[in-house]
Amino acid sequence: MAKVLVVTSGKGGVGKTTSTAALGAALAQRGEKVVVVDFDVGLRNLDLIMGAERRVVFDLINVAQGVAKLSQALIRDKRLESLWLLPASQTRDKDALTDEGVRDIIADLRTKFDWIICDSPAGIERGATLAMRYADEAVVVTNPEVSSVRDADRIIGMLDSKTVKAEQGEQIKKHVLITRYDTSRAARGEMLNIDDILEILAVPLLGIIPESQDVLKASNVGSPVTLNNAGSQPARAYIDAARRLSGETVDMVVPTEQRRGFMDRLLGRRAA
Amino acid sequence: MSMNLLNLLRRRTGSAPVARERLQILLAHERGLRSQPDLLGILREEILAVVSRHVVLDPEKVIVRMDRGDAVSTLEVDIEIPNGFEKRLKVAS
Repeated sequence: MAKVLVVTSGKGGVGKTTSTAALGAALAQRGEKVVVVDFDVGLRNLDLIMGAERRVVFDLINVAQGVAKLSQALIRDKRLESLWLLPASQTRDKDALTDEGVRDIIADLRTKFDWIICDSPAGIERGATLAMRYADEAVVVTNPEVSSVRDADRIIGMLDSKTVKAEQGEQIKKHVLITRYDTSRAARGEMLNIDDILEILAVPLLGIIPESQDVLKASNVGSPVTLNNAGSQPARAYIDAARRLSGETVDMVVPTEQRRGFMDRLLGRRAA
Repeated sequence: MSMNLLNLLRRRTGSAPVARERLQILLAHERGLRSQPDLLGILREEILAVVSRHVVLDPEKVIVRMDRGDAVSTLEVDIEIPNGFEKRLKVAS
């Protein structure tokens, strides 16, 4: 049965789009049929992170308004056969997306895919509520930083009250994904640690993505980090997170600092 | 000497415990507000209605505040009553 997953956070810049692309690709690599849907109307970026920015013809709004068919707007990934993208439009009209429009598209996508991953815009406005509206599960992305954790808590409250599942008296399944984690800084007490965040948010942990240059490298070239450098620390963490989403039990690995070479230390370069 | 040692120890513990404590206090407060979105508004209206049955007052001068704590919460009601309200009370009765 198809699963609708929303990747959300409240705060901007914590890694929603990066995580949507990485988790989508990791699930597709496992043979699941996946579509990643960009809900950030007006400020689309998932196409860029996926490396499909020059292939966008029709978008989510065109489909919602009946201008284009769903099959015309879906873009198949060039690297993975079972990975698809439904881009957002760049229109500035905030009301272009309606509840009914989203409902119909999600219902249609459910018949065609195993996973529908909705990349939410930042904030708590209409775009964010529409992205989570029809979700079965949610990945709440947060950084180990106070404002991000506070916004994550607010979003968790919305997931429990504003989704269709919540309104029907059911529980939406929630996961926390901690990104940009720096183990050594947390160990020194300079950064909130994993236990602090989990105790505060009281939502189970999906994964810990370390702060890493590989994430920026992957976005520079338009490739999900799990495809661009599958052996890198963030990629391995995303691949483990995708396995947990599929229901596997995978031991949680707290990323450790990679050894810096002599030259790196001499030149003061930062470890990945 | 002892001050230096204390400073050294303090420096070793980072700012994360402060972040954690601030978040816990803030979120306990915000979650409370979320579950009862307009409790204060309702309280304010009803208190205003009861008091103004007996005393003439300016609705602008009624302040209702709530402070949520771990063990107990406090409700603070501050009502400013203009001078000479007793006279008006007598007239009213």
